[in-house]
Amino acid sequence: MNSLSTYLLISALLFSMGLLGILQRRNLIGMLISVELLLNAANLNFMAFNRFLAHDPVTGQVITLFVMGLAAAEAAIGLSIILALYRKMHSINIEAAQKMKG
Amino acid sequence: MDTSGLNFILQAAFWVTVALTISGAAIAVFPRNILYNVLGLALALIGVSGFYLYLGSLFVALMQLLIYVGAICIAIVFAIMLSRPLHVDIPPRSAGKVWLGILAATVFFIGAAGVALKTNWQAAAGHVYKASQWSVQNIGNALLTRYELVFEVISLVLLVAIIGAVITAGFSRRISS
Repeated sequence: MNSLSTYLLISALLFSMGLLGILQRRNLIGMLISVELLLNAANLNFMAFNRFLAHDPVTGQVITLFVMGLAAAEAAIGLSIILALYRKMHSINIEAAQKMKG
Repeated sequence: MDTSGLNFILQAAFWVTVALTISGAAIAVFPRNILYNVLGLALALIGVSGFYLYLGSLFVALMQLLIYVGAICIAIVFAIMLSRPLHVDIPPRSAGKVWLGILAATVFFIGAAGVALKTNWQAAAGHVYKASQWSVQNIGNALLTRYELVFEVISLVLLVAIIGAVITAGFSRRISS
């Protein structure tokens, strides 16, 4: 019903907001949230191309499901790393993690 | 049935979904309270699942609600509430860096929007929109035939991620205490 470029514009807007979040936050959990926004923008693109252009409508949905699985894995690992980091340096400020700076 | 009235309602609901998604993304990025960020992320993800409904895939929309809103957002909320980082105040970045970030994001948006609008998108040969092709049955068939290897690898990745998360969170407690 709506054209392909509508969806592409929405997902570009989502992606740039996620990018802005990654660049301007110092909070590790905030950066993780922004990464989820980026993955969702990519997923929305896949589904839109799938709906309007693709030969086989299964492909885009399967890719979207795989990205969701990877995002779940990434969130679990990311959260546990954040918790471990917080126990070590009592802060989740990204700029406090400088032990390997040399 | 008056189809134009129905179409109008569908269009209005679409733009409401757009507004929900964009405002959710804004809430996820801008406020300083991390709990508001998670709730904004949940709002944006619900909006994106609404787009999946508009794109014709009920299954992926439900999976989006189940995995993203039900699992990932709740996991982040638990991680915030069960440890103390919620109450740790983090000073904001310096204004110059924030402006550079805004500049970078704007440049990216202009580029992506230009590509989306200027390209002459051509449907692949044999593209026809049939609702029957979007059934769960077809997705299941593809998952267990053509994409079987990827499916298994994803399962392995999830298993490794779970074990890794347990070990990372558990070992560091033993080391630090």
